[in-house]
Amino acid sequence: MALANVLGFKSNNEFDRSLQCQKTDNNIDEFCPTLNIENIAQFITLPPYADPAKYLKMVNEKVDRVKIQFLKGTTTLAFKFRNGVIVAVDSRATAGGFIASGEVKKVIEINPYLLGTMAGGAADCAFWERVLARHCRIYELRNKEKISVAAASKILANMIFEYRGMGLSMGTMIVGWDKRGPGLYMVSDDGERISDNIFSVGSGSIYAYSILDAGYKYEMSTVDAIDLARRAIVHAAHRDAASGNIVRIYHMKETGWEKIEEKDTNDYMYQYRDEKTMNF
Amino acid sequence: MAGEYDTAITVFSPDGRLFQVEYAQEAVKKGSTAVGVRGKNIVVLGVEKKAVAVLQEDRTVRKICVLDDHVAMAFAGLTADARVLMHRARIECQSHRLNVEDPVTIEYITRFIADLQQKYTQGRGRRPFGLSTLIVGFDYDGTPRLYSTDPSGTYHEWKANAIGRQAKTVREYLEKAYTETIYESTHESIKLCIRALLEVVQSGSKNVEIAVMARHKPLKTLSAEEVEKYIAEIEKENEIEAEKKKQAKQIGGTSTTAPTLTTQTSKKE
Repeated sequence: MALANVLGFKSNNEFDRSLQCQKTDNNIDEFCPTLNIENIAQFITLPPYADPAKYLKMVNEKVDRVKIQFLKGTTTLAFKFRNGVIVAVDSRATAGGFIASGEVKKVIEINPYLLGTMAGGAADCAFWERVLARHCRIYELRNKEKISVAAASKILANMIFEYRGMGLSMGTMIVGWDKRGPGLYMVSDDGERISDNIFSVGSGSIYAYSILDAGYKYEMSTVDAIDLARRAIVHAAHRDAASGNIVRIYHMKETGWEKIEEKDTNDYMYQYRDEKTMNF
Repeated sequence: MAGEYDTAITVFSPDGRLFQVEYAQEAVKKGSTAVGVRGKNIVVLGVEKKAVAVLQEDRTVRKICVLDDHVAMAFAGLTADARVLMHRARIECQSHRLNVEDPVTIEYITRFIADLQQKYTQGRGRRPFGLSTLIVGFDYDGTPRLYSTDPSGTYHEWKANAIGRQAKTVREYLEKAYTETIYESTHESIKLCIRALLEVVQSGSKNVEIAVMARHKPLKTLSAEEVEKYIAEIEKENEIEAEKKKQAKQIGGTSTTAPTLTTQTSKKE
């Protein structure tokens, strides 16, 4: 496992995933002391149960009236068109009915030519996409060429798959431009990795899809594409309680990504109502 | 605990050399010769075919092996070590295709093989691989490549190279004979490889094995007839050269040139 490897833990038994530290002289890491059963509690907080997969299954399936549902309260979308890829996200973070933040950055800038979106657990997305950034950089140094979007998304999907069933919650889209042209992959916590022209992830995706499917044409101009993406997020922000606040739009070009804008969805709503282009 | 530290075989000598690696290179020098040539649109591998015992089945292409559709490898040295290395390289080619959704670049697989050879010079209780390899192929952007590794784990890219028995002689010949015109022509590249091999091997198609790979095509072993055609052409060219040199001697009187191709061919026969 990626996280366990970083800390120097190896599990001998494939079926018994309890952690056993096996640091040998082969990987001397001066920043990480030799961890063992005695001193481990000082350095990392271990969950109070041995088998995460088994425990979470219990909690998900409503044993003793306890049910933790991992909702992806957000709207993120991305679509390919003739001039690259447009990525648009909202910025609201909710915990049940409480709006925790209205300024979350749901687009993660992995490197100047790769973007990742965040849906589900913010920590999961942010952490694993940073690990992905590290892998991408090492690939670039070793092979003297930029990593392809297919390879980057596959690295992420393989990392996530190792933790399948253990409570990761991510619905992320990997966007980039490589030798083969614009690339768009959706990677999710159940190990799914698919490529398509249009994706939207989150509780507000149903509203975003309706706008996207109605107005999408591959031959759109850049201005039209940005407008379509904007309208889709604004519509989702209007109808979905868990989406809203600020809309952020990025454009992935051959030379890398460019941030187009970040404006308030409310202002756009009033603008569209006045222009009579949408019925708000 | 003590057992982990005192089983190393490859350790430094007082003057900073790794003797085990050098002994491995000696083993390579005993192996049969292999030559590689890189042309603009073709890569060629040629190996010396050792005579087989009377009762043994003659299996062709044992020394040249395919690592993937677009990569081939020839080696000089211990055959058993080569088999193991080849197996690992083949798995790595497929692993790369699975993880990165792209075929390996020749540099990548060469680096993998070289890393593996290096690992065994630093391992506990393990001896280095006793072989050098020649790795040829085309990257997916169409660039032809020829790389060579050796038991120490270093690798270099070459335009033409030879490994194994009398490799130095062959390499010196290649340095003299390799030109831009040969690089441009498929026919000439193949002929150069055969010529280089014939420097140290007895002339005849049953003593050499030639394999060629063109862009986006699989490895093709030349049949005995095709090799004979090239050899016939080479011998005719040698005769013409010999005639020219004889005439020049008669006209000019003094000959200041070094031993020519003629004397070398006559020595072989």
